[in-house]
Amino acid sequence: MISYIIRRLIMLIPVLIGMSIITFSVVHAIPGDPARTIVGDKATPAQIQEIRENLGLDKPAYIQYFTYVKDILRGDLGTSLITKQEIAKEIKPFLAATTELAVVAMLIAVFFGVNLGILSAWKQNSWFDYTAMLIALIGVSMPIFWLGLMEQWFFAQELDLLPSNGRLDPRMEFDAITNFYSIDAIIQGNWYAFQDAILHLILPAVALGTIPMAIIARMTRSSMLEVMRSDYIRTARAKGLGEFWVVYKHTLKNAFIPVLTVVGLQLGLLLGGAVLTETIFSWPGVGRYIFDAINARNYPVIQSGILILATIFVVINLIVDLLYAWVDPRIQYGKGD
Amino acid sequence: MSAHTQPVPFTKPEPPIAPEKEVVESPFRDFLRAFLKHRSAVIGSVIVLSFLLIALFAPLITSYEYTARSQALLQAPSVDHWFGTDEMGRDLFTRVIYGTRISLWVGLFAISGSIVVGSFLGLIAGFYGGWRDTIISRFFDILLAFPSILLAIAIVAMLGRSLSNALLAIAIINIPTFGRLMRSRVLSVKSEDYILAARAMGMKNHRILFHHILPNCWTPIMVQGTLGFATAVIEAAALGFLGLGAQPPEPEWGTMLADARQYIQLAPWTMIFPGVAVALTVLGFNLLGDGLRDIFDPRMKQ
Repeated sequence: MISYIIRRLIMLIPVLIGMSIITFSVVHAIPGDPARTIVGDKATPAQIQEIRENLGLDKPAYIQYFTYVKDILRGDLGTSLITKQEIAKEIKPFLAATTELAVVAMLIAVFFGVNLGILSAWKQNSWFDYTAMLIALIGVSMPIFWLGLMEQWFFAQELDLLPSNGRLDPRMEFDAITNFYSIDAIIQGNWYAFQDAILHLILPAVALGTIPMAIIARMTRSSMLEVMRSDYIRTARAKGLGEFWVVYKHTLKNAFIPVLTVVGLQLGLLLGGAVLTETIFSWPGVGRYIFDAINARNYPVIQSGILILATIFVVINLIVDLLYAWVDPRIQYGKGD
Repeated sequence: MSAHTQPVPFTKPEPPIAPEKEVVESPFRDFLRAFLKHRSAVIGSVIVLSFLLIALFAPLITSYEYTARSQALLQAPSVDHWFGTDEMGRDLFTRVIYGTRISLWVGLFAISGSIVVGSFLGLIAGFYGGWRDTIISRFFDILLAFPSILLAIAIVAMLGRSLSNALLAIAIINIPTFGRLMRSRVLSVKSEDYILAARAMGMKNHRILFHHILPNCWTPIMVQGTLGFATAVIEAAALGFLGLGAQPPEPEWGTMLADARQYIQLAPWTMIFPGVAVALTVLGFNLLGDGLRDIFDPRMKQ
């Protein structure tokens, strides 16, 4: 197992290097004159020159790259062109907001996805199965930004049930400690704020969680169906175990390995979906941070925002792989992928 | 077979062959039968075909120009304007119809690009192995290290916002999907006996590659290509929505949704119809892809 972990980590090195080259290119390999593109058409020569020096664009490409990597390794993610703040510091509350949203979205996706999948497999070919799988199919086909807009329109505008923007009622006085608002509210014993934070989470989390939910439901169903045909399930039934125990204990336990992988991969993909969801719901997360940066031509922020999300994505994938190997001893560590 | 056992020289060949044709199952007819029996494949292909026809005959379906403005701003759906009008008084039905062209066009070109490049790289990696495989596989890993839409954003941010750059970005982010598929497929085909036989006959590598391996790898690529088309349509709309794809006044569905956001209260129809169009297109390709997968690879059947 340890040699597998080490091998997996070594394989990560070229990936990280490649990633850094791509994010580096976002600013430094803009075709034409990067400085002019970044500042925009109306810039004065002095402004262009300032940007050029600021970002080191006047130096040879390889020096620019090594400086970039050195800065990242020191934890320096550059400076925002708009706020003039250090990105590494500025991004923290955004990162917490994204994490909170992604975790809640994933909880929704896993809870509904797994249960829908189980029930569908259990009642295979029933109307419930067909309806659930149709919903799942529509779920994978739905552009999440459109789903988000529809939610806003229906639940916020028409029914006026749920808030559609931001993380909290802006009139509320609230001190962020960890920047996970729901946790902060509990720490402070502010139940009104807690309730409000949760209400604000519902719409974006459902939008973000829909695709993973649909994929998890389909995966759980097919995985359950496979396991249910196996001998030990027949034995369990023969022993006279109740159907509920057979399904939820015996089958689920063994059907969960492929589901776990999907959950991990989807958690990573949520980070990409966050850009769209956060944009729609004005959720102040990294996705929204990147979107605003795109519109403001704030290239260093685009660059570092993408780098951070991609790094988290890679780390999650690594954890999933290791978990997978740990949960399923049949995986051979010694051989290649 | 029977032709060899029968004395042929004195009879015309047509009569014994003609009835046999009816009995022989051609792979295509086999496929067609399985296809028509598969409900989701049929529904999917009907949806896809409808959108294809809409795209081809857009000017015949609607009498408006997609850029033509009018005084009727943000009007609800009516007899004159089936889907209502947008904030510039343009007919929404017309714009959604013409939007089909853009989405299918982006999907087709982007996915063809990913298939060509991905398959080529996968073929080389799988066939030759060694350092070529290492380099190509790591390249796929790097592309896969980004959540796909983020990589697309990075590429478009670098190259500049336009529909063609969005198309390029979508093509690039989908390369590893096809590359990995091709690679794994080549690895399994490579060990088949007929490849060994071809080698024993002294066939050159490139001939084995293109005449023996490639034709046996197409099916999964085709299935994945159909599913990939769905992804590409969503990705194009997403980039358009973020302002990174098609630019106004192009009637691109994602761009239309972005414009519609401001009028969510006043004119919900401006965001309902383009969204339905995206979802239906994607659903069509997903159904078709799922169906094709079931037909070609019964083991994958859910």
